[in-house]
Parts: sequence; C-alpha cells; structure tokens
Amino acid sequence: MFFSTMQGAVELGIIYAIMALGVFISFRTLNMPDLTVDSSFTLGACVSAILTIGGHPYLALIAAFLAGSIAGSITALLTTKLKIQPLLSGILVMLGLYSINLRVMGNRPNINLLNRKTIYSILQGTILEDYKIFILSFILIICVLLILYFFLETKLGFVLRATGDNPDMVKALGTNTDFTVFIGLAISNGLVALAGALIAQEQFFSDISMGVGMVVIGLASVIIGEVIFGTNSLIRRLIAVILGAIVYRIIISFVLELGMPPTDLKLISAIIVMLALSMPVIKNKLSFYRKKRANSKGGKYRC
Amino acid sequence: MLNMETVSKTFGIGTINEKLALDTISLSLNEGEFLTIIGGNGAGKSTLLNCISGTCPIDKGRVFLDSEDITYMPEYKRSRKIGRVFQDPLRGTAFDMTIEENLAIAYSKGKKKGLTRGISKTDRKWLREQVALLELGLEDRLKSKVGLLSGGQRQALTLLMATIVKPKLLQLDEHTAALDPAIAKKVLSLTKKIVKEHNISTMMITHNMNVALEYGTRTIMMHEGRIILDIKGEERKKMTVDALIEQFSKRSGTRLSNDRMLLKKN
Ligand SMILES: Nc1ncnc2c1ncn2[C@@H]1O[C@H](COP(=O)(O)OP(=O)(O)OP(=O)(O)O)[C@@H](O)[C@H]1O
Ligand SMILES: [Mg+2]
Repeated sequence: MFFSTMQGAVELGIIYAIMALGVFISFRTLNMPDLTVDSSFTLGACVSAILTIGGHPYLALIAAFLAGSIAGSITALLTTKLKIQPLLSGILVMLGLYSINLRVMGNRPNINLLNRKTIYSILQGTILEDYKIFILSFILIICVLLILYFFLETKLGFVLRATGDNPDMVKALGTNTDFTVFIGLAISNGLVALAGALIAQEQFFSDISMGVGMVVIGLASVIIGEVIFGTNSLIRRLIAVILGAIVYRIIISFVLELGMPPTDLKLISAIIVMLALSMPVIKNKLSFYRKKRANSKGGKYRC
Repeated sequence: MLNMETVSKTFGIGTINEKLALDTISLSLNEGEFLTIIGGNGAGKSTLLNCISGTCPIDKGRVFLDSEDITYMPEYKRSRKIGRVFQDPLRGTAFDMTIEENLAIAYSKGKKKGLTRGISKTDRKWLREQVALLELGLEDRLKSKVGLLSGGQRQALTLLMATIVKPKLLQLDEHTAALDPAIAKKVLSLTKKIVKEHNISTMMITHNMNVALEYGTRTIMMHEGRIILDIKGEERKKMTVDALIEQFSKRSGTRLSNDRMLLKKN
C-alpha cells in the first residue's frame, strides 16, 4: 500500500517536474511571473487528448509542445511589444486560451481516453508493465534535463539567463531583450504544455480546468528544490527543480493519506508557496529578534 | 566619427515638470579623441550620452556614428558599436552569473547568439588573459558569481566587458563616482590604459575637475542643456581647476557655490 502510493507520487512528480522546469525558466531565468502556465498546461492536455484519440500519442507530445510555445510567445509579445505588464499579459492569454482549449476539445469540457493507445502502451504486456509510467517518464525527464542544460549553456542560453538578472546589461551588450523574453517564454510554456500532454495520457482524460493552480504548484516545486537542494551551479539548480517537484508530490500524497479531502489540495498548495516565499522575511525577523534580545541582555550586565 | 547635429531633448513635455535637458546641441568627436564632460547636477550630461546610446529618444536633430545615421536605431543595435559603463556597479553585470559567463556575453557582442557553446576552450583561455590584465586577481575566480565581487572589481570588469570587443565609442557616466578614492584611481588608470592601447574614442562624465583635465584630450563643460565651454590642445594644457571655475561663473552667469551645483575640485 505504502509503496504503491509512493510510486504513484514519484511518477506524477517526474511528469510535473517538466512543468516545473518551464516555470523555472520564466520565474527564475527571466525573472518574470508568467501566469500563462495554468492554461498552457491545459492546452497541452487538450491537444494531446485529441491526437491520442486520433491514434498519434507521440505526435501529440510534439504538437502539445508547439502549441504551448505559441501561447508563451503571445504572452511575450504582449509584454515586450505592447508593454502590458507581465502579470496582466499572462492573465489575458490565460483567459483567451480557456475558449481555445474548449474549441480544441470540440466544445466539450473533458475528453476520456480510456482504452486508447498512449505512449505508455509501449511497455504494456512486458515484464516492465508495472513500472511503465516511471520508466518512460524518467527517460523523458532526463532528456528534457540534458537538452535544457545544454541549451542554457549556449550563447543564446547565456543572454537568456542574463535577461532575468539584468536586462539593461543585455541591451548594452547588443542583444534585444524582446527576443530573449520571446524565446524564454516559448520554451517555458512549451515544457508546461508537454507536461500537460503527458498527464492527460497518464490519467486517460483531459479536463478544461486541469491546469488551475499549475503556476503555484510549479513555483512550489522550484522553491522546495532550492531550499532543500541548493542553487550553486546551473545543473544543480535544474536537478533541484526536478527533485522539488517530486518532493512536492510526495508531500501531497502524504497529506491525502492522512485523510485530507482532495478538494482542499489547492489550499494546501497555496499555503506551501506562501510559506516558502515568506521564508527570507521570517528568517530575517527571527534573527533580528534574537540579536535584539541578546544585545539587551548583554547591555544590562555591562551597565 | 561621432556627429551630433542640433540635438534637442525635452522631458515631460506639456507637464509642469517640463524640462529642456538638451538645447540644440551640436558636437563632433574625432577618431581616437577622449572627451571629458563636466557640469553641475542636471546640466544634461547623462542625457547627452543617453541620446547617443539610444536609451533616450531625441526630439529634434540627428546623430551620426561613423557617418551612419543612428538617430532612430534601437538601443540594442547601437550597443554593438557603443560600449558603456555607468555609475552604478550593479548596472553593468549579471550578478547571478559567473565572471566568465558575463565576459562571454560581452565577447559575443555583435555576433549571432546561436546554439554554439557559451564559452569554448579557446575563448576561456583568451578571456582569462584579458582578465589578468586588470591586475585584480580575478583570473583565478572566473567561476565565481559576479554578485560576490566588490563595487570596484565589478566596475573594472564592466569596463573590460564594454571594451573586450572594441567599440567605436566608449561612454563612461561617472563610472568611478560610487567607488572609494583608491579604487576609483585604479579604475581610472585602467580606463586610461585600455583607451590608449586600443585607441578608442571615448566620452567620460566626471564631477571631478582634476580628473577632467588630467585624463583625456578634450574637455567640455555643460550647463542647462548647452555646451558652454569646449577646450583642447594648448588651451586645455594651460587650464587649471581655478581657471575652469572662473570660466564656469562667467559663461553660465551663475556663481559656483557649494550647493547641488558644485563641481568638485578634487
Ligand atoms: N527620464 C527622465 N525623466 C524626466 N526628466 C529627466 C529624465 N532624465 C533626466 N531628466 C531631467 O533632465 C535634466 C538633465 O538630467 P541629466 O541626468 O542629463 O543631468 P546630469 O548632467 O547627468 O546630472 P548629474 O550630474 O546629476 O548626473 C535634469 O533636470 C533631469 O531632472
Ligand atoms: Mg548624470
């Protein structure tokens, strides 16, 4: 019982890690809060569902990635060319995509994929059947990790990372930051949509609201990863995001085991992220009071 | 080399804060000339540089660099020809990236940002040699994050980054003003060395009149968006700080007192 819960959590965690890596690119590398994520995740799932029904589960992944990239690049254009605030750009695209996602699913709120051939079917009937989701997701996340790592170590990757740090510098060194934001958000949302596509195939359905709160889950994964595994080098940061996503899933499944109703999950996610984001302030306050107390005690004795 | 023709810039047009920052300025700079710029607070020195670099669109006039009209060229494109260092050491580098990554970005200026390796082996060796020329010991810390460097080290690094691909024009906006005197001196002498070695045309803003006369080959003084003094050659050689202050009072019609208008003597 425990083992299978754990296995399920890790499997989901690995898939969600792809989404978290996408969130890492927008929030950390570009330093831009991108809310497109919620709906590009759903978009990926919808595209994937439709193509899986059509018998193309692999093509579904590629198509989902591309669809997500387009969504991300629209958000990028709204912020860079039309100068709409990043948060608002994300919200606008998220809203617009709701209608598009419904259209993609043929105006249905959800699609059932039971008994359809998915990418996981390839291990069906082999001795690895029980671990098919784990194995395939693991191979995928390793590929994504390596590609992303090598990409961020290219010349283009460098300016992308510098854009979040210091856009003025990037412009002063001859690169258009509109372009780097465009590329960054496209890749970010492409990854998010890819995760959505995999989740749809893994759970045999897509639903119009399955992306709600994805930004928060992604952010939670990024922060948990940073706190537990550190931020020393680039490769370490990326691995930390993946492990963060897995830890997050384990926490959630643990909370569920304890009897928490699944409908409260979003509340839990929100609280985890709130705590994680306020960590620096809390730490500062604590050390301030500790110093203050130590100081006033010392003062009394000396006088 | 650089040619500004009757350039004007007004901020906040139509508001109560309307401010004429550049008043029909014409200025040309010869190849290899090293111009120092002085003037009180709000005289328009930074605006002058920003109008050339493209951070601030101009209202009237034309700007030519190497006889190419760059008046309406976007900032990032001009940057391929213009190197810049600002007063704020935080502004010139990406703090969360390593020294060599920062340098690599600077080194790829003007080249395509494709999917080739960010730093190749040969790049690394060359970058290391360049950093060693700064004589700050940074060559052994290439993998440290720039965020860990002191202000002076960062400014020196930014200076290197601005010149590692030789720019047509180098702009320095009080780039030593935030540093303590000893380090400021070091960065200034580095500036002199680099500019001389590569014969880079340079514009340097400073609040320090001694520096303005000691460094460079030509000096202009600005006041209320105009150039009120422009000296070079023999005239400049004979110029003293006191004479400069006198000139300022005469030409600007205001007396130099130790309020915000102060032009520092040392
Ligand atoms: N972005 C801006 N918006 C509005 N007004 C501005 C802006 N930038 C500069 N100004 C105004 O234009 C005038 C010239 O400013 P500028 O920064 O060029 O002066 P400066 O000579 O560099 O002064 P300092 O020695 O203080 O750096 C000032 O009155 C300033 O208030
Ligand atoms: Mg200034």
